Amino acid sequence: MNALYQFVSGPLVWVSFALFIGGSAWRLYSMAVLARKKDVYVYEYFSLPHALRSMLHWIVPFMNESSKKNPALTIVAFVFHLFLLIAPLFVIGHVAMLDKAFGISWATLPDGAADAMSFIVVGACVFFVVRRLTVPEVAYVTSASDYAIVGLAAAPFITGILAYHQIGGAQLMTILHILSGEAMLVAIPFSRLSHMIYAPLTRAYIGSEFGAVRHARDW
Amino acid sequence: MSSQVAREPYVLVADKGLDAGVARLTDEKIAKVIGAVLEAEGGARLKAYVDTCAHCGLCSEACHFFHSHDRDPRYSPVGKVKQTMWEILDKGGNVSPEFIGRAARVAYTECNLCKRCAMYCPFGIDIAYVIGLMRRICHKLGVTPQYIQDTAHSHSATMNQMWVKEDEWIDSLMWQEAEARDEVPDLRIPLEKHGAEIMYSVIGPEPKFRTQLIYQAAVIMHAAGVDWTMPATPGWDNSDMAMYSGDYEIMGRLKRAHFETAQRLGVKRIVMGECGHAFRSVHDVGNRWLGWKGEPVPVVHAVQFYHELLSSGKIKIKDKFGEAVTFHDPCNIVRGMGLHEMGREVTRALCTELVEMTPNREHNYCCSAGGGVINCGPPFRNTRVLGNKIKAEQLAATGVKTVIAPCHNCHGGLEDIIHHYKLDMKIKFLGDVIYECMEKPWAEA
Repeated sequence: MNALYQFVSGPLVWVSFALFIGGSAWRLYSMAVLARKKDVYVYEYFSLPHALRSMLHWIVPFMNESSKKNPALTIVAFVFHLFLLIAPLFVIGHVAMLDKAFGISWATLPDGAADAMSFIVVGACVFFVVRRLTVPEVAYVTSASDYAIVGLAAAPFITGILAYHQIGGAQLMTILHILSGEAMLVAIPFSRLSHMIYAPLTRAYIGSEFGAVRHARDW
Repeated sequence: MSSQVAREPYVLVADKGLDAGVARLTDEKIAKVIGAVLEAEGGARLKAYVDTCAHCGLCSEACHFFHSHDRDPRYSPVGKVKQTMWEILDKGGNVSPEFIGRAARVAYTECNLCKRCAMYCPFGIDIAYVIGLMRRICHKLGVTPQYIQDTAHSHSATMNQMWVKEDEWIDSLMWQEAEARDEVPDLRIPLEKHGAEIMYSVIGPEPKFRTQLIYQAAVIMHAAGVDWTMPATPGWDNSDMAMYSGDYEIMGRLKRAHFETAQRLGVKRIVMGECGHAFRSVHDVGNRWLGWKGEPVPVVHAVQFYHELLSSGKIKIKDKFGEAVTFHDPCNIVRGMGLHEMGREVTRALCTELVEMTPNREHNYCCSAGGGVINCGPPFRNTRVLGNKIKAEQLAATGVKTVIAPCHNCHGGLEDIIHHYKLDMKIKFLGDVIYECMEKPWAEA
C-alpha cells in the first residue's frame, strides 16, 4: 500500500500533469491549425471586444436569457464550476504538498470550507444526474459518456471527503483520491471535459460573429 | 428512457425528391460521400462543437418546433443534431439509406436555421451550422426535397429562383413601369443605367407573382429622386435557395453573378428588397464560400434603405397608418444584421401604434418558413405550420390586426400560420405601408 501511495503521489502526478498540460496544448494547437486550414474565417472574423463582451455575458449568471430561463441550473452550474476550480487549488493538503515539494505556497482555505465546498460539488453532480434522468430533452440526448464525465468530476471530491473524514481507510481513500484526481486531469484534454479548453474558443467565435458580422447580441 | 413522455410516432412525410433519392442510395455510397464531405468541409468548428457540447439541453428553450410540439425532445436543437450528425460521426459515416431519409427530413424541414439556439447555448455552439452541414451531405447524396431542388435547378439554369426567362424579366419590369405611369406619368424603371448610384435587386418571386412590390419600389424610388437602375441580365435575383439545399457550388455562382452584375453596371451600392434569406446569402454565407470576408459591392437591406429615405426626408409620410401594428423580426436581418431597432424606427415613422410581441428583437421566434423550409413545398406545409403554434400564439396575444414583416419568407410562413390558426390578421411589407402612407406630390398636382 505504501509503495502504491508513493507511486500515485509521485511519478503518476508528473505523468498526469504532463498529459493534462501537454494534451491540452496539443489539442489547442491542432485546433488552431485545423481552423487555419479549413475555417479561415474564424481568424478573419475574430474581434476581441466582441469576444470579451460575449464571455462577460455568459460567465456572469443571469446576464443572458438562457440562464434566466433556468435559474436553478444556473446557480448550481456556476457554483459547481467555481468550487471545482477553487477547492483543489486552495485546500490546505494540496498547498502543503506543493510547499514541501517545491517550497511554493499560497493562501489556503480553512478545512471546514474546503469540506463544505466538496459536499456542494458532489451535490451539484447529483443534481446534474437527476436532471439527466428526469428532464425529457436532456434524457433524450444523454448517453453513458455523460454519466462518466459527471463521475470523473465527482470522484476526486467524494474520495476527498471520505479521506478527510477518515471513512473507508484513510490511506486507501487518499490513494483513490489522488488516482481519481489524476484521472480527471488526464481526461480534460481527451474527453468532453475538453469544454474547459474549447468553450472559450467557441464562445469567442460566436461572440465575434454575432458582434462583428451580425451586429446582434448573442445572449 | 422511462422518464420520457409518450410521444406520437414520427411520421415520415412522403416527398418525391427525398424518397427517390433514398432509393438510389447504397451503404457504400453513403459512407464515401460522408467521408468526402467531412474530409473537405468538416473543419475546426464541427470538431470543437462536437467535442464541447455537454448535452445539457439548454438549447431546447430556443426552438419554436420544440415549444410547438409540447416540448417533444425530438424537436430540440440538440435532439435534431442527435438524429443527424451525431449518429453519422459515431458510426463513422456508416449509416443506412433509411437513416439518411429521416435525417434529411429533420435537417431540411424541421429546422429553419434561424440560429436562435446559438443564443441559448452556454458555449455558443452554432447548431444551424451543424444542420447546414447535414444538408450539405444530403445534397451530395442526392437526397433533397423535390420542391427546393427544383428551385436550385432554376437557379442553376437561369440564375434566378423561379425559372424567369431573360425576356420575361425585362417584360415584367416594362409592364410594371407602364402600370405605374398611369399613376405617376413620368416614372421610369431604369434598366442598364451604367454608373447609377444604386442597383436595386429583388428575389425571383417578385417578377413572378409579387410584381406589385416592384411597382411600389419604383414609386418610392421616384418620389425620393434616387439615381437607380435594374439590370437587364441574369444577376438581378439576389435570392439563393442553393444555400439552403446545400448546393454551395451553385450558391457561389449566384453570388458571383449578382455582384458582378453590380460591378458591370458600375453602381456604388446594391439596395435589396425586403428579403431575409438573400441578405444572409450576400452578407454571411455566399460571400464566405467565395472567400470574401465582406461584400465586394456594399449591400443595403430595404429596412436600412427606407430608414435612410425617411430620416433624410426624401420620403415624407402624409398620413400615418391608422391602426395598431406589430413588427415581426426576421431572423436573417435581426440575428443576421441587427436591424431590429431600425425596423422599429421605420415602423414608428409609418404607423401610429406599434404593439410588441414577446419575446422580440434578437429573441424573436422564427416564422418557420425560413431556412428554405417553405421552399420544400406543399408536402411539408403541415410540418412548418404545426411546428410553429407558438408564433401563432405570440401573434394572437398582441390583439392587433396587422403584422409588418420585412421579409418574403416570413410573409409566406406567417400567412400560413394566420390561416391555419384562424387569426384575424393581415401581413404587410414596410414597402406596402410606405407606398400607402407617403406623400405623392404628383397626386396633388
